[in-house]
Amino acid sequence: MSVDAVEVRGVSKVFNAGRPDSVDALVDIDLTIEPGSFVSLIGPSGCGKSTLLRLIANLLEPTTGDVLVNGKPASRARLDQDYGMAFQQAGLFDWRSVAKNVELPLELKGWSKADRRARALEMLHLVKLDEFAEHLPWQLSGGMQQRVAIARALASHPPLLLMDEPFGALDEMTREHMQGELLRICGETSSTVVFVTHSIPEAVYLSTQVVVMSPRPGRITGRIGVGLGRDRDEATREAADFFATITEVREALRGLPGPADIAQGVEDR
Amino acid sequence: MSRSPRATSSIASAASAVWPPVVFGIVFLAAWQAAVRVLDLKPYFLAPPSEIWSEFVQNASFIWAAASVSGANALVGLLVGTTLGVSMAFVLARFNVVNKMLTPLAVALNAVPIFVLVAVFNNMFSITSEVPRRLMVTLVVYFIVLVNVARGLRQVDPTQLDLMRSYAAGDVVVLRKLRVPNAVPYLFTALTIAAPASVITAFVSEYFGGSQNGLGSRIVSNIAISSNATAWAYVFAACLLGLAFYLVSVSLERVATPGGAGRRRGDGA
Repeated sequence: MSVDAVEVRGVSKVFNAGRPDSVDALVDIDLTIEPGSFVSLIGPSGCGKSTLLRLIANLLEPTTGDVLVNGKPASRARLDQDYGMAFQQAGLFDWRSVAKNVELPLELKGWSKADRRARALEMLHLVKLDEFAEHLPWQLSGGMQQRVAIARALASHPPLLLMDEPFGALDEMTREHMQGELLRICGETSSTVVFVTHSIPEAVYLSTQVVVMSPRPGRITGRIGVGLGRDRDEATREAADFFATITEVREALRGLPGPADIAQGVEDR
Repeated sequence: MSRSPRATSSIASAASAVWPPVVFGIVFLAAWQAAVRVLDLKPYFLAPPSEIWSEFVQNASFIWAAASVSGANALVGLLVGTTLGVSMAFVLARFNVVNKMLTPLAVALNAVPIFVLVAVFNNMFSITSEVPRRLMVTLVVYFIVLVNVARGLRQVDPTQLDLMRSYAAGDVVVLRKLRVPNAVPYLFTALTIAAPASVITAFVSEYFGGSQNGLGSRIVSNIAISSNATAWAYVFAACLLGLAFYLVSVSLERVATPGGAGRRRGDGA
């Protein structure tokens, strides 16, 4: 019997609870993510999608409810480093070479120098940055820095990858290229991915399932399966199924209760 | 082999940066010399550069001795002040209460000419002691280093903190792997401010009594007996000493933080 990669049960999150400025960020969240799936969380700004991801990562504690990762409490999973994480900012340590940045999680796990160097080079090969191992981060372009961050997140071969708008700061061309790279890498490493984005085409292109969220208080209002198969390439972006699913997601976002222009915070690109 | 064009161009760019101030300096000295001759200025009003230079050469051994005294005071104060400042910065970074008490005070003191305190210190020690002057330099350097290094230890990229948390890193590991390396450029920036300040403080401290042995007191005593050109020769030496401290600190900064400003920006090349 396989354990769910992520299980979120009856979770809510209130910031500044009990104070006049308290905010209901998430309400009644139930979410199950199967191993090997690629799930995008999409919704307008302020819908709590990043908060949900941070709850899964145990960077935040839920106000009520439980979060399980690999069948363990999220706090245990964090201590066991069961997941790798990538953020909108690459967050590379600029005093470390590219290879040493990728080695960081392994270093903290107590790997030997030779082992972690070998793994770092393997990971840099995966993101096609072999010849940049000894460069310093600031010598790389934004897209390359983000690839290093992904290599770092994958370095310890975690079963789960948590990504918070990792391509949000990249230009359109780089972004599409990175999406293709991410699918290839995930195919090679068979990771489970939870991916936060506010771009509908990005969510559809990458995911096996798109989870639609409403703004404050954040709730899950729709789950849309993406039937594009596993092998996706540039032609996928022009396929009829691709556009049909985009329309489905957009309508799910538009159908949200509240202001009529709710989907404005979501990008159509 | 790809080095030589780069080296040539860096020499060329260094040369193009150097010649304008050099030309200006020569023109300025020539104008000074000419003004003294043509306007027939009296030596007690303004000595010509040629006379200052000959005084400088004639008194070279006295000037060297005076410069050694002032230079040693500045250096001792710089080293002790830096050591104390760095140590205290760690305490501040660890205990927020101390930080809240001391940082406004340290910032305020930076804006006040605290070197007048040397008059008070002079009363505490014997009249021939160098301790009051060194204490004064220490105090000035201490606050500059403290404020900057404490900032470097605290102002860490939030993404990098999240990342360390996701690696289940404790406070000590975060300090060692993230906060300390992050603070290194701040330390060297502080030194480029503190090094010239230490020399200035050492000179000015000599104006408040004590032994008549340093550059500052020589300037005062030569002006008192109207040997204007000699006083100027000591001023010239004082400029050289200040410049030497500054250049050493800037070179240290270059060596310690390769990439310089590019690192701090954190964006791609």
